[in-house]
Amino acid sequence: MVSLTIDGKKVKAKEGEKLLWAALDNGIYIPNLCALREAWLPSASCRLCFVEVEGKDSPVTACTEPVKGGMVVNTTGPKALRLARTAAELLIASHPVDCAHCLSSGSCELQKIAAHLKIKLKTKRLRKITRELPIDSSSPLFTYDPNKCVLCGRCVWVCRERLGIGDIGFAHRGFQRVVTTFADEPMAKVRCRECGECVTVCPVGALYFKDGRGSNPIIKED
Amino acid sequence: MKAVELSTVASTFQEIKNRAESGWQELWHSGKPVILVGTGTCGRAAGALDVLQAIRDEIGRQNLDCHLVEVGCMGHCYAEPIVIIAKPGYPPIAYGHVNPVIAERLIKDFILGDNPCLEFVLGALEKNELVPSFSEFPRAKYEKKVILKNCGYIDPEQIDHYIANGGYQAVAKVLEMSPEEVIDEVKKSGLRGMGGAGFPTGQKWEICRHARGRPKYVVCNGDEGDPGAFMDRTILESDPHSVLEGMVIAAYAVGARRGYIYVRAEYPLAVHRVRVALRQARELKLLGKNILGSDFSFDIELFQGSGAFVCGEETALIASLEGKPGIPYHRPPYPAVNGLYGKPTLINNVKTLAYLRSIIENGAGWFTGLGTEGRGGTAVFALAGKIVNTGLAEVPMGTTLRQLIFDVGSGIPDAKRFKAVQIGGPSGGCLPESALDLPIDFDSLRDAGAMMGSGGMVVLDEDDCMVEIARYFLEFTQRESCGLCTFCRLGTKQMLEALDEITKGKGKIEDIDMLTELAEDISAGSLCSLGKTAPNPVLSTLRYFRDEYEAHIKEGRCPALMCQELIAYYIIPERCERSCDACVGTCTVEAISTNKKRIKVIDQEKCVKCGTCLKACPPQYNAVVRLSPPDQVPASE
Repeated sequence: MVSLTIDGKKVKAKEGEKLLWAALDNGIYIPNLCALREAWLPSASCRLCFVEVEGKDSPVTACTEPVKGGMVVNTTGPKALRLARTAAELLIASHPVDCAHCLSSGSCELQKIAAHLKIKLKTKRLRKITRELPIDSSSPLFTYDPNKCVLCGRCVWVCRERLGIGDIGFAHRGFQRVVTTFADEPMAKVRCRECGECVTVCPVGALYFKDGRGSNPIIKED
Repeated sequence: MKAVELSTVASTFQEIKNRAESGWQELWHSGKPVILVGTGTCGRAAGALDVLQAIRDEIGRQNLDCHLVEVGCMGHCYAEPIVIIAKPGYPPIAYGHVNPVIAERLIKDFILGDNPCLEFVLGALEKNELVPSFSEFPRAKYEKKVILKNCGYIDPEQIDHYIANGGYQAVAKVLEMSPEEVIDEVKKSGLRGMGGAGFPTGQKWEICRHARGRPKYVVCNGDEGDPGAFMDRTILESDPHSVLEGMVIAAYAVGARRGYIYVRAEYPLAVHRVRVALRQARELKLLGKNILGSDFSFDIELFQGSGAFVCGEETALIASLEGKPGIPYHRPPYPAVNGLYGKPTLINNVKTLAYLRSIIENGAGWFTGLGTEGRGGTAVFALAGKIVNTGLAEVPMGTTLRQLIFDVGSGIPDAKRFKAVQIGGPSGGCLPESALDLPIDFDSLRDAGAMMGSGGMVVLDEDDCMVEIARYFLEFTQRESCGLCTFCRLGTKQMLEALDEITKGKGKIEDIDMLTELAEDISAGSLCSLGKTAPNPVLSTLRYFRDEYEAHIKEGRCPALMCQELIAYYIIPERCERSCDACVGTCTVEAISTNKKRIKVIDQEKCVKCGTCLKACPPQYNAVVRLSPPDQVPASE
């Protein structure tokens, strides 16, 4: 264990461990969507966990930065905040933000991140660019709405790496990138065992249980 | 020569070299005419295979005894197909724009007769009394060929041609040096990665040499994807052994036994020629087990990429080599330490590898002496766009953009005005006229807002709209983004949407600030270098051509008269000739009618702005013009 300072607070963490986990374990929140503690290589794709480290010119992603003894970290530096805010804004600009009708409202990590970064759920600076992809409700257990997906990849990782099933994966490139099944088959047609693990790790309302399990109780009664 | 006993390596190589040299002598000094036909991709696109066939047929018909050799591209792509004829008693002469008819004439009149057909001459390969030689061209003053030296002069499918021209000498030399000495020489040469980033090559090698994992790999990055860049293809097609030799040297230096050469599948000719080269090198024990009888073994496997631009990024290239989707991952770990299959992997670009043989052979001092003012070596540029001499040019570092574009490239065609040069492809930037005297090197270009990149150079003239150029490149990067990280996937999409609207006259003035801020954030926040450099075309055009953005947004005007939605075609009544109706006939949508005074009028509602009327209007009238904004068209029309 080594000591380091995050936002003025002295904390202890394992050397070499990624900074994001050190901060979270010590009760310091850094926005993140794609990070998975078990994954041996960080995905580093959501670009939300930017922090400033003393001695480094530009902000670094906390999920990829190894802890070193004596390092001084600022999670609210202006440069880091600017990048994190823009990343969150970009995600929101391409998200339906239909919170009033979303079962995940209240437990949604995108809402939490927006609140933490003090940005609005309505975009002003950016254009609203959403996709009109079909919603897959073929599974008896859950619904998949790709339009709400933030492409964090948690569901893909869980299905593939933790469970060794690999029913879902990424397809297409650029803006068209999407989480889907092989050949875009409906969930009910693939060998999905309906374990629901993917639904539990979804940070937003892209995957949700049909019986309302796991969602915010107030909305559930609607 | 001193009578020293040669080592196994030296004597094995000497044997190979002697044989190659005698073959080369036989080719050039047997008293038979030699005909070289450039059949690189550029030549083939211009019809070189038909020319080759015509020559072959004519040789057959005339029952001629001469050598017919297929060569690669000598860089004069604008003049393809090129045929070089070396007839005893004459200097070797290159002919440009050859077609099958000209080819037949060359055989009949020059080879059979004694008429060197001066009307088709491009230039001679050596100085002579008869025709001007390439060395007397204005561009020769600035050109310095190192890695393009053999291109277009040797048969890429004959290893002996390469060896007779000094090839594989450097392998024989390094095998008797220590790996550290080799790395030291490369470090001293100051060679930097020519794939775009410009990382010091020797340093990369040293890191890989000291990395602990085993085995180690050497990978040649031939995933050339920039629109407008084609030098890697040319080198692989015209002189593939120079790249293989570079890989052997690199492998020896870092201690690798296995290498991969990653070539895009869209380069079928390059793939074919590399495959032939690999086979021939193995046959001569220049690849494989115990190279040249030494205890060093190294072999190379060809891998065809399936055409994703992002696979040129080294971590994505590794993923692709491993059979995974070509998607980058966070660095560090750098591939030199932890790359292919988690092992230390040295990845170098085609050009970087091609330089090595000359550096090893001539020494680091020679290489650093090539550039000017402390900038070492040369740089290869692919000249494209609005430039007279499209093709490849290799110039010493420190040459200015003006010399490259106007002296080597012979300037802008059709007496148009130079506007900007887009350097470094989608990751690069647009530099204006004021930057023309900039000496070319990695740092100066970066400071000016462009990038050496792969060396793609697209010249733009007064008819090119800079907003549209930025939009074009962003459309490319957006389409080629792997979509992994937020900034590149969504950020470039936001920028593209804004640029799309601006080119349609629907932009808002706030968009300029938004574009700037977003571009900075994408540069700083993206995961890989594709995303980090994607905003460069926008940032550089905003820096140098902000007025054009403002004209689009504030006035709905495209100053270059390029953006379709912001222009209208108009026939100036005073210039229109009554007896002519050239435009009426060419209009594809029947939008042009003749009024009572027999003056032609365009119906703006019907016009699809294809521009054929402008081309059809005879130059002496020059009555069709483009107006921007479209409401400039007089109301009575």
